[in-house]
Amino acid sequence: MDIVVENLTKIYGTQRAVDNISFRVNTGEVLGFLGPNGAGKTTTMKAITTYLYPNEGDVKVGEFSVLKHPEEIKKRIGYLPESNPLYQEMPIIDYLEFVAKLQGIEKSRIRERILEMVRLCGLEGEKHKKISELSKGYKQRVGLAQALIHDPEVLILDEPTSGLDPNQIVEIRELIKKIGKEKTVILSSHILAEVEATCDRILIINKGKIVADGTAENLRKKAHDKELVKVGVDVEGQTVETDDIYNKLKSIDTVEMVDIINRDKNTFEVQSKENTSSLKAIFRLCVSSGWTLTELSPIETKLEDVFRELTIKS
Amino acid sequence: MKQIWVISKRELQSFFDSLTAYIMLIAFLGFSGLFTWLYGSDIFFVKQASLQAFFGVAYWTLFFFIPALTMRQFAEENKTGTIELLLTRPVNDWQVIIGKFMATLLLIVIALLFTLPYYITVANLGNIDHGATITGYLGLVLISASYISIGIFTSSISNNQIVGFLLALAIGILFHFLFSFLAQGAGGIFSDVLYYLSISTHFESISRGVIDSKDIIFFFSIIFIGLVSTEAMLQKNRS
Repeated sequence: MDIVVENLTKIYGTQRAVDNISFRVNTGEVLGFLGPNGAGKTTTMKAITTYLYPNEGDVKVGEFSVLKHPEEIKKRIGYLPESNPLYQEMPIIDYLEFVAKLQGIEKSRIRERILEMVRLCGLEGEKHKKISELSKGYKQRVGLAQALIHDPEVLILDEPTSGLDPNQIVEIRELIKKIGKEKTVILSSHILAEVEATCDRILIINKGKIVADGTAENLRKKAHDKELVKVGVDVEGQTVETDDIYNKLKSIDTVEMVDIINRDKNTFEVQSKENTSSLKAIFRLCVSSGWTLTELSPIETKLEDVFRELTIKS
Repeated sequence: MKQIWVISKRELQSFFDSLTAYIMLIAFLGFSGLFTWLYGSDIFFVKQASLQAFFGVAYWTLFFFIPALTMRQFAEENKTGTIELLLTRPVNDWQVIIGKFMATLLLIVIALLFTLPYYITVANLGNIDHGATITGYLGLVLISASYISIGIFTSSISNNQIVGFLLALAIGILFHFLFSFLAQGAGGIFSDVLYYLSISTHFESISRGVIDSKDIIFFFSIIFIGLVSTEAMLQKNRS
């Protein structure tokens, strides 16, 4: 089921929390929703789940609009809210049963679905405990279990890994990846590595507007389209000053800028001019000078830099 | 209908899990038992085979207990955010509201069922007016339903249970005795209106065995207005 957000606007008082945004998520796609706190991620997600009514615009899940057929959407959507609200006084199994019944799962299948969720979310050892007795990580798993119990076609996960330890984070990511193959998933996070690891596409939102949309690779390219490499040179006993190497590197036609990183190890950062590559020229320079190239590796622009660039300057 | 029952059952379960239900049942039976049988103008003092003494006590105890039961019903869900998970399930606002309403009403009915031994005992002691007793119970159920509806509404206003409790009590006081008190001072049509708004007027006539459509309409209006206002609050929080 595709999700289509059309000119969605949500106003709180005088603040436009979400300002006329439009995007589309296709079936089988995992979309990462990035943005600083208060950017409008949660508001957008709440509008998709039919909880918040948009001031303007519409959201369509499959053929259904949140304005006209919220009941149909509710049957097909799984939602994990940001704060992972749960009925603390209920035992896990009772809670999952309550959710299963509300979702309209047939009576004969409820038991089987609950056991499936307990297994999938790793709750076996805890299943008879009350939710209030669980650690934060296990509560998060219960949150995921309630979102998945009716096998929804669309999953909306608001910061699904917050509060989990690194092992659990990896597990949950794997789980989302696995689930994401057949379903449409939107997940928000402010951990960039996480979004990069789990999502097919990234949407960066700032002050209620979309500022970037694309794969992690695309976003990086957009932010930095000049080649940047780290070069290490071993002069093999020759008496060559670091500055000589620096000057020779700088004299290559395609090189725009050279930085010395470490004088003892003779490592440099070389940036090429737009749309050119200096890799071959650097290699040839070393060969002709009788140096050994100890390192020649591209420096990736970090997604953090892209994020900062897009969300701070505006 | 199925969804309403699922919600009611969970609410009722949570009354019992949190001990609220037990405390309420014990306190209600304790108070009403004490004042019906042992203390004040009890049955032996009045020397009449009627449950009027019990109805008088229950009239007051329910007035205090119901806001304590309803205060957490929406306030807690608003506070923890579970309301969001509830309303994004395939249920509508009305199913949630009626589910919660029915759960509390059911608990009150259970409490009233526990007082049936009073009825049986008094019926054995003398010549009880069965009609008036049945309508007396009916009156208590109608009053309870009215207070539950007010309590659910005040609970939905904020995420603070105490606000819900106090506000329900404040509105309750108006209907419970302030309107009839003011009616005595006012005159003319104003006085009639205030008398009509007073719950005690309607309860007295019902517990005497008179079922008048005026009284029934009165109680159902309060219930209706309370629940509709709750729905409006739920909608307001989402827009």
